[in-house]
Amino acid sequence: MRAPAPAYAADLNGETIEAATRALGDMLVRAQDRVGEVTLYVDRQQLIPAMIALRDTPGLEYQQLMEIAGVDYPDREERFECVYCLLSLTRNHRIQVRVNTDEVKPVPSVTSVWPVAGWLEREVYDMYGVLFDGNPDLRRILTDYGFRGHPQRKDFPLTGYVELRYSEEAKRVVYEPVQLAQDFRTFDFMSPWEGAEYILPGDEKGMLPEAKGAPTPLKADEIKKADAEQSKKADPAPTPKATETPADTGDGKATKAKTPKKPSTAKKPAPKKVAAPKAKTAAKSAPAKEPKK
Amino acid sequence: MTDETITTDTAPPIGTTDDPYLEQLLGDKDAIDPTTGDVAIQNYTINFGPQHPAAHGVLRLVMELDGEIIDRIDPHVGLLHRGTEKLIEYKTYAQALPYMDRLDYCSPLCMEHSFVLAVEKLLDLEVPLRAQYLRVLFAELTRISNHMLNIGSHVMDVGAMTPNLWLFEIREDCLNFFERVSGARMHSNYFRVGGVHQDAPLKLLADIGDWLDTRLPRLFEDAMSLVVDNRIFKQRNVDIAVVSREDAIRWGFSGPMIRAAGIPWDLRKSQPYDVYDRMDFEIPVGTKGDCYDRFMVRVEEVRQSARIIKQCLAEMPEGPIASLDRKVVPPKRGEMKHSMEALIHHFKLYTEGYHVPAGEVYVGTESPKGEFGIYMVADGSNKPYRCKIRPTAFSHLQAMDFMSRGHMLADTTAILGAIDIVFGECDR
Repeated sequence: MRAPAPAYAADLNGETIEAATRALGDMLVRAQDRVGEVTLYVDRQQLIPAMIALRDTPGLEYQQLMEIAGVDYPDREERFECVYCLLSLTRNHRIQVRVNTDEVKPVPSVTSVWPVAGWLEREVYDMYGVLFDGNPDLRRILTDYGFRGHPQRKDFPLTGYVELRYSEEAKRVVYEPVQLAQDFRTFDFMSPWEGAEYILPGDEKGMLPEAKGAPTPLKADEIKKADAEQSKKADPAPTPKATETPADTGDGKATKAKTPKKPSTAKKPAPKKVAAPKAKTAAKSAPAKEPKK
Repeated sequence: MTDETITTDTAPPIGTTDDPYLEQLLGDKDAIDPTTGDVAIQNYTINFGPQHPAAHGVLRLVMELDGEIIDRIDPHVGLLHRGTEKLIEYKTYAQALPYMDRLDYCSPLCMEHSFVLAVEKLLDLEVPLRAQYLRVLFAELTRISNHMLNIGSHVMDVGAMTPNLWLFEIREDCLNFFERVSGARMHSNYFRVGGVHQDAPLKLLADIGDWLDTRLPRLFEDAMSLVVDNRIFKQRNVDIAVVSREDAIRWGFSGPMIRAAGIPWDLRKSQPYDVYDRMDFEIPVGTKGDCYDRFMVRVEEVRQSARIIKQCLAEMPEGPIASLDRKVVPPKRGEMKHSMEALIHHFKLYTEGYHVPAGEVYVGTESPKGEFGIYMVADGSNKPYRCKIRPTAFSHLQAMDFMSRGHMLADTTAILGAIDIVFGECDR
């Protein structure tokens, strides 16, 4: 670890996982040590005995519950993750304990183990709608009185649904649907070269067949004509444009320098044939060049 | 305010009514037939706040009083909720940093400290030594300015006026130092991922040194000489809201609150970050765990902070003030004038920002109010997937109910003052 982050006894990570595996038994689903932090995935049904074991087992001794953080992963089957951040004052060590849940399955409340969990669970309930079974006072805590929805969910819009102002007519505060003076702008920074899986505005035009005469960066033979079906003319033989010898450049005759002989490949230089479709395209795609009258 | 007072004069004689409410009261002899005086009083429920000068912000306490004795307190928080955590999910890491200043606006730099350390931990980014010293220096200066506000308002809540005015002088000096180093008095946005924003001028460091030697001790010790042995101040604070060591642990206390309960726990010592492991300072610990102990712990912390700043000034090495990793730290303006590469980096860092490798960290630092933590989930993009802020006030305010039970109504101001809450941080 090169970063100057708080240096708690991170060398205890390995033995913590061992001790926790022994103490928790089948309550522990999985343990990991990532970015220098130990995470224990615990079976939701057995959260309370697991927490008591973590608090009271010698060699674990996590006396303090510092935080319960909810995280929303909408793609998962059980979309919410509750992260309990525990601190051991005697061993000077921190761990995270995680359980998964969804909108309807309640998580057992740990208020009996740590009374501080009361408000922390209220906040997770308020922000995500995670239910805590056994919390004696599961009210909303941070949002407004009478608020609807759970604002930290990923599908809750950043702007919210209602806005509030003081109404001079009603002489009280009124709620109204949000009206934005400017559209909410959010940018993602996915690189099109690194697999952004979406179509940028305007790109969908590339999928449509070209109107006749529309300018295009495509080569003539690659263009899908709008009337391709009706006029089933035989296209000129597809000949790739290539400039392999000085003769192809249209730069006059080659000087005495010998052209190195290469074994003939599929790419046969055919300058005269290329010229024909090219001229055709130019005439089609550049009507502006015609002199105006 | 609900006022439920029943006097025996207005109640009809017993037995002549079939009002179920009165029937219920019949079991309670005292309610109907008081032994002292003529008036039987039921519990009062009153609102303390949300606009109250001693509530230190927008706090609403629904208090149930038995006469003047507090039976139950239900704090309603969230009146300053601004959705900081949600906003951060839509901002790049560099854009999210200024939100930290607005959390605990009395100690902004300590809020930034947790954030930058969390991102640096995810990036595994090395920070130059001078930057670490500067951070510690200004974090401690923030601690002094925070404690000035808290100590001052605490003594004012219990009736003293003068010390607050003197302590605000010190706070004003601190804010001037912040302005000189960052350009802003309160919302400095000075700590950056990888270091700090700008180097501190030599004159500023010299001035801080002079200030620590002359002005700070004179003003501070003068003000404290009025308070610490003051009879009234002691009467209002000693033995108020005593919290045992066990309770302090169970209720997730941290900072001066847990130290006042007698547990020598300070993250700067036990889990040192930046260059705190090189600093020589002591941790004040309370003996009884009452409001007076909390106050005195903070008073001593100011002196220890001054000691740390002096060490920083003496030991600070020369060198870069931010990481030289150009994929994270943007180049300075001067460099951009002659380097195309620097210009590209600058453009990329201020539009797209840097991508942080996926991972989850919890980083807690010792803010002046206690453990201020950031639980950050990065998903490999340029924005945090989740940034949970662990406020110090949440656990302390939650304990308000059991701390003030059985105390007088007037003690709530002393208890609130000794908790040291700021609602920017509590409500986020």
